[in-house]
Amino acid sequence: MAENRIRVLIAKPGLDGHDRGAKVVAQALRDAGMEVIYTGLRRTPEQIVSAAIQEDVQVIGLSSLSGAHNHLFQKVAGLLEEKGYTDILLIGGGIIPDKDRKKLEEMGFDCIFSPGTSTSKIVEFIQDRVNG
Amino acid sequence: MTDKSGQDKLRQQLEKWRKGPLAGFQKRGWKETYTSYREPIKDIYTPLDFPEEKYLEKSGFPGQYPYVRGVYPTMYRGRPWTMRQYAGFASAEESNRRYRYLLEQGQTGLSVAFDLPTQIGLDSDHDLADGEVGKVGVPIDSLADMEILFADIPLDQVSTSMTINSPAAVLLAMYIALAEKQGVASDQLKGTIQNDILKEYFARGTYIFPPGPSLRLITDIFAYCSRELPRWNTISISGYHIREAGANAVQELAFTLADGIAYVKAALKAGLEVDDFAPRLSFFFNAQMNLLEEVAKFRAARRLWARIMDEQFGAENPKSKMLRFHTQTAGASLTAQQAQNNIVRVTIQALAAVLGGTQSLHTNSYDEAWALPSEESVRIALRTQQIIAHESGATSTADPLGGSYYLEALTDDIENKVEEYLEKIEEMGGMVEAIEKGYVQREIQKSAYEMQKRIEQEEDIVVGVNKYAHEEAAPDDLLEVDPRMEKEQIKKLQEIKKNRDEQEVEQSLNKLKETAEADENLMPAIVEAVKAYATLGEICGVLRSIYGEYQAPTF
Repeated sequence: MAENRIRVLIAKPGLDGHDRGAKVVAQALRDAGMEVIYTGLRRTPEQIVSAAIQEDVQVIGLSSLSGAHNHLFQKVAGLLEEKGYTDILLIGGGIIPDKDRKKLEEMGFDCIFSPGTSTSKIVEFIQDRVNG
Repeated sequence: MTDKSGQDKLRQQLEKWRKGPLAGFQKRGWKETYTSYREPIKDIYTPLDFPEEKYLEKSGFPGQYPYVRGVYPTMYRGRPWTMRQYAGFASAEESNRRYRYLLEQGQTGLSVAFDLPTQIGLDSDHDLADGEVGKVGVPIDSLADMEILFADIPLDQVSTSMTINSPAAVLLAMYIALAEKQGVASDQLKGTIQNDILKEYFARGTYIFPPGPSLRLITDIFAYCSRELPRWNTISISGYHIREAGANAVQELAFTLADGIAYVKAALKAGLEVDDFAPRLSFFFNAQMNLLEEVAKFRAARRLWARIMDEQFGAENPKSKMLRFHTQTAGASLTAQQAQNNIVRVTIQALAAVLGGTQSLHTNSYDEAWALPSEESVRIALRTQQIIAHESGATSTADPLGGSYYLEALTDDIENKVEEYLEKIEEMGGMVEAIEKGYVQREIQKSAYEMQKRIEQEEDIVVGVNKYAHEEAAPDDLLEVDPRMEKEQIKKLQEIKKNRDEQEVEQSLNKLKETAEADENLMPAIVEAVKAYATLGEICGVLRSIYGEYQAPTF
């Protein structure tokens, strides 16, 4: 099974220091058998996209609680499109108003999870989309 | 209950009650309950858990060692706590408007939230500031922004708390320079800088420099303020963010006090006398949902710090032993679902802070799981404090819950468990080493993950999230920061740079560089640089070039 493990990059774009959620999700995905790389804090969209390509991941999960999601998430989506990696599943979460969630989902995000989402829902979503 | 025969009798009766009435009823329904740090809670607490003969030694009176019952003899009958809402966003102009609004609404102190570029010592035009300017707080690039931020707010009449850590010296210098412009002497200034770098490395993330030079900046501030700003709280040693990152109550307290011990040791090593700086150390804690456990946590914190300062550091000034603290209600407990329920959560948490004897309080707004708070939601949060202060009766006497068998047992238990952590950290060589080894990070992460699992397994209930959920529309009257603000701030920064005396800036930055390379106090040189309108990014840039930047390991 090991070679079939889903590879995920969990990333913190920008200067935001809140990483409890990112780390909890990373751990939950690992417990569900996925291979997870966590970038640590303060990554630029360019660094995140190049790490994703280099690590050959199927999923990128972005976390932001600092209000910079519109700007930074869009940049990541834009770079992926530019480089032709639109097949990577792109998800996000954090403190994100509903209005912004809809906007981000329209422009390439597969799902923006709101606070209170269970990790099992995120696991299921990834498994469905990647394997299904 | 002081005599032994009385205790024996009570013990016998308790056993009889357990075997009889309790056992009988347990068949109808009974569940195990736990503290946040997973200690089983007893069926009942009695005088056996809080024997009267230990009262004087363990509790004493308000305003007296070991300060369990409060740091002041009068507590809220003398003066209520300071109501201090953390605020700042978009620009200095917008934030100034919000401060004046809050003061008009009866707030009694200011609390400045800076945006992330400011907190990381970057000017608004830096590449890494892209998209972050004015988002979580106010952008401050130079003294010119501070002048706008405090326009029409006389600095001798407010106390101001600034949540700033790595570049704390620079923002404090700007505040001093601004006061001078207003004609206010520095010994009149009242307020607090957070200035607590250690928790940034493992719980909050706005570090710049490595631990060594960061600690030097901190002890330079201690020394400078003890001479120039005697009424200023030079640090706010913070458990708040540690708890938000996922720690339980014991971990929150243990890691905060361990940070405090590290700062005291650093200051002593720098040649300061304990009673010269310790009276101005202050603390900052979280108020989570478990009301009684939180009250016990605050009480245990006071007793622990009093004993540490007395026994470990030989402090003599009573003020050195008093743990004074600010509290903020728990951001992580707010739910996006049924957001108005958060008003109730905040009320319970605020009550815990007051019953625990806080010196100042920030209450969160109900919409903060979605965005920064709107004016309306901030007002409700402030009113919550005012209702507790004026209507609840919680302020009528000092430490009103003291003497509750359960509360006293919890206070003792938390104290003991914190001491175990402190010993372990001491064995590792202190808090800096414990952080560098990743021990603290792993402990918090483990706790956060277990907490999440308990919620998902419905062992812990969060109303509106894993129980009593219903479909609803998300709130739509949220505060939005106009993205154009960033461009305007950059334009303002360019204007400042165009209009200042470049030679003066260069000289002051050179002087700062020399001071940093030598072993002199950095504060006077930083004050001179901000007065010349050197920017935050330029000043931190000089320090970066000498000290380097901290590279965080990922655990």
